[in-house]
Amino acid sequence: MSNQVIMFISQIFNGLKIGSVYSLVALGYTMVYGIIRLINFAHGDFIMVGAYVLMLTIPAIIACGMPAWLSVIPAILVCVAVGVIVEKAAYKPVREKGNNMTALITAIAMSLLLENGSQAIFGADYQTIPTIIQIPSIAIGDLKIDGATIVTVLLGIIIMIALQLFVSRTKQGKAMRAVSEDKEASILMGINVNSTITLTFAIGSGLAAVASLMYCISYPQVSPMMGAMLGLKAFVAAVLGGIGSIPGAMAGGLVIGVVESLTKAYIGTITGGVITSAFADAIVFGILIIVLLVKPSGLMGEPESEKV
Amino acid sequence: MSEPILKAEHLGITFGGLKAVSDFNMTINKGELVGLIGPNGAGKTTVFNLLTGVYQPTEGAFYLDGKKMNGKKTYQVVRAGIARTFQNIRLFKQMTVEENVLVAFNESFTYKMGGAIFRTPRFWKQENDMHAKAIDLLHIFGLEGLANTEAANLPYGAQRKLEIARALATGMKLLLLDEPAAGMNPTETEDLLNCINTIRDRFGIAILLIEHDMSLVMNVCQRIQVLDYGRTIASGLPEEIANNPQVISAYLGADDDTESEEAN
Amino acid sequence: MKKSMLSIKQSYIVCVIGIVVLFGILMGVCETGMVSLYVKGIIMTCCIAVIMTTSLNLTIGVLGQLTLGCCGFEAIGAYSAALLSKLLIANGVVMNDTLRFLLVTVAGGLVACVFGVLIGIPALRLHGDYLAIITLGFGEIIRVVIQNLKIAGGEGLDKGQQGQALIGIDRLANLYVVFWITVITVVLLFMFARSRYGRAVKAIRDDEIAAGASGINITYMKVLVFAISAFFAGIAGGIFAQYIGALTPSMAGWLQSINYVIMVVFGGMGSLTGSIVSAVGLTILPELLRAFSDYRMLVYSVVLVLIMIFRPQGIFGNWEFSLPKAINRIFYPKGKKGAKADTTETAEAKEAKHE
Repeated sequence: MSNQVIMFISQIFNGLKIGSVYSLVALGYTMVYGIIRLINFAHGDFIMVGAYVLMLTIPAIIACGMPAWLSVIPAILVCVAVGVIVEKAAYKPVREKGNNMTALITAIAMSLLLENGSQAIFGADYQTIPTIIQIPSIAIGDLKIDGATIVTVLLGIIIMIALQLFVSRTKQGKAMRAVSEDKEASILMGINVNSTITLTFAIGSGLAAVASLMYCISYPQVSPMMGAMLGLKAFVAAVLGGIGSIPGAMAGGLVIGVVESLTKAYIGTITGGVITSAFADAIVFGILIIVLLVKPSGLMGEPESEKV
Repeated sequence: MSEPILKAEHLGITFGGLKAVSDFNMTINKGELVGLIGPNGAGKTTVFNLLTGVYQPTEGAFYLDGKKMNGKKTYQVVRAGIARTFQNIRLFKQMTVEENVLVAFNESFTYKMGGAIFRTPRFWKQENDMHAKAIDLLHIFGLEGLANTEAANLPYGAQRKLEIARALATGMKLLLLDEPAAGMNPTETEDLLNCINTIRDRFGIAILLIEHDMSLVMNVCQRIQVLDYGRTIASGLPEEIANNPQVISAYLGADDDTESEEAN
Repeated sequence: MKKSMLSIKQSYIVCVIGIVVLFGILMGVCETGMVSLYVKGIIMTCCIAVIMTTSLNLTIGVLGQLTLGCCGFEAIGAYSAALLSKLLIANGVVMNDTLRFLLVTVAGGLVACVFGVLIGIPALRLHGDYLAIITLGFGEIIRVVIQNLKIAGGEGLDKGQQGQALIGIDRLANLYVVFWITVITVVLLFMFARSRYGRAVKAIRDDEIAAGASGINITYMKVLVFAISAFFAGIAGGIFAQYIGALTPSMAGWLQSINYVIMVVFGGMGSLTGSIVSAVGLTILPELLRAFSDYRMLVYSVVLVLIMIFRPQGIFGNWEFSLPKAINRIFYPKGKKGAKADTTETAEAKEAKHE
């Protein structure tokens, strides 16, 4: 294999690695949007919360002689708590009184609150996280695949399959789908809508905690604003995959990750230096805009239209 | 009789393989009041949506005053002269009753942005004229006393009437009323009936009416067309329709199962 | 009864007097040296914030469409103005400072307006959350593009270097001129909102389908509103560029836009008065509370959530302060009933007073 092919393949794997993180976060967006039609702007910040929990708990976990990755458990617990509190304290009261716009502004406010809250506690600077896990890379011929990449991608796929099974097979999963189809009818069918929404938030936030572990394995640093751009990209992934669709979120995340990685690597060469890798973020948003304008229902979503 | 106001020829629309309305033909002349009836999900509202440009027909065509209306957007159809009300009332809830009517008068104003910004004499004259016209129109419906009330705070019957008043304000030739008496008690229905007759006489317009209240339809409509599963199964004078066996079976479900799905 | 009330003409005169008095006070404190350069700077920033907030309120409050990209347009206006200013100087065009300031600022507004139309036409096909996110996307693209434009870095023009702050912009912004630009902006927005155009826009906010069925060309009105908002954002940007003298692409970021959205929401959806009060208040407050500046956004976000829960229409709702009305209330207290009967007349004469 020539160097260029190896380079290309390893860029794809890089993309899949970050793409799996996007996928997990996108799942949270997609589930919450599916059920209450709200872009949970704060969702990206749940990752940041998770990462800070990792930073604080890893030393203790190691001191107890346990593997560092177990700190994902406290991270999940804290994120679930934060997610459920955000829903109960802010989203629910606003949802009951206001309209779409007030709900969205509340979500933005919660995002600002989490970001600035952590800034007040931890300061604005990046802080490093101790090494979480050491996995040897795998070599196939000249091609070396980072161990973290394999673990991240596999973890992402396993979680997606588990989630898909949960939603399609279990009682609570079916309740979730029912509520996202028709809230009023679900109430009449005896479904507890509020607890279903809470459960959705809990799962979404828990996934964000797992995503923060996956992210920190490869990029071991945390800052109050780390979730903002990550969250936005994951949201783009959710829209690309079709909001409300679980496999869509997974696929969207991987696509965004790979596109971003390839853009950074090749756009300069392809365009003869006119567009440089600094445009990577703009290209992600460009994808968002094109998807929204051409096929707002995304790759796997179902179109919605207002009934007259 | 001169040229018909509305002429629909073989109008039809398909949603993902389902024919919601097919081969819909209708002619309405000036000053006529025609009823469109049929069981739930027969495609009546879909016909309205076709005639107002909410949906584009996949087959056939319709003409207003001989002009083809296919492919026009809702606001263009409205400006050409077809206005409507909605089955589930759609008012501008945070605006006053008068403002609701003034919005529909929008096309009668000729002052431009400059006029609005510099408050030219033309601006004031038109605003005052339109204010007077709006109050006149509200008077017909007995709503003039509520002109400054926010539309959301109107009682149900008044909301229905305001919707009709707003449709009239667009200056249309053909008025489409989608179940105007839905949810009304007999007194309110009676009241509405008088209103409809008044506006037809006073404005000389044609009206197409969707209604479930049979007594209302039989009373006011000169002709009735019956839809079932998107097809016209009968059309004629009220008494003919009342005795048409096909219509009776469609309504009473003489076939073993006539529950149909709402097309959209 | 009617005689005791102010007529429309009188109401306008009262408003003009009110604004002139305010300007007199401003001039008085500035000329007599009662205020420092620092305070003048704050007043300037207040004016910019007022222009941004009131024009954004047209889109958010009156049209009812949440956009998160207003600072993208502000940045376009700012950079266009700055580059034009440099171009004029480079070509040795000589003209009066005020005239040049106005020319450059309006040019910034126009460029932003063109982008408003170009972005608005596709973006406004979407509603609600999707519109918010797509405008955010456009804003971020504007930021990244500016960051990577050679012409928008360093000294600009031919000497430009990408990724740098654009510096050395002629600082021509004069507080008095800016004050009048702000006044004109608010008056224009007020007149627009209280006309058939404003009614059509509000109708779209309340029910888009019914607005279409009432003969309103929805796409046209939406793009018009979007373009007006973009134009004034561009004006604000042009002033900003010529006040600060240096620009960085981060001004186009969505966090900046959210800052203005917060101002609009605090003040009240659709209330110019509210926008003015909150723009001024939220500009001055952080200056007074310097010690707490680290916690500013923390407090904002908490207050924002509380407002959304307890008063979603914002502090002022859609209420407008009107000087003539206030005068009527003070001098003709018996005329209160007359005022009610006369609302349709006086409503047209209402005028948002400044600060």
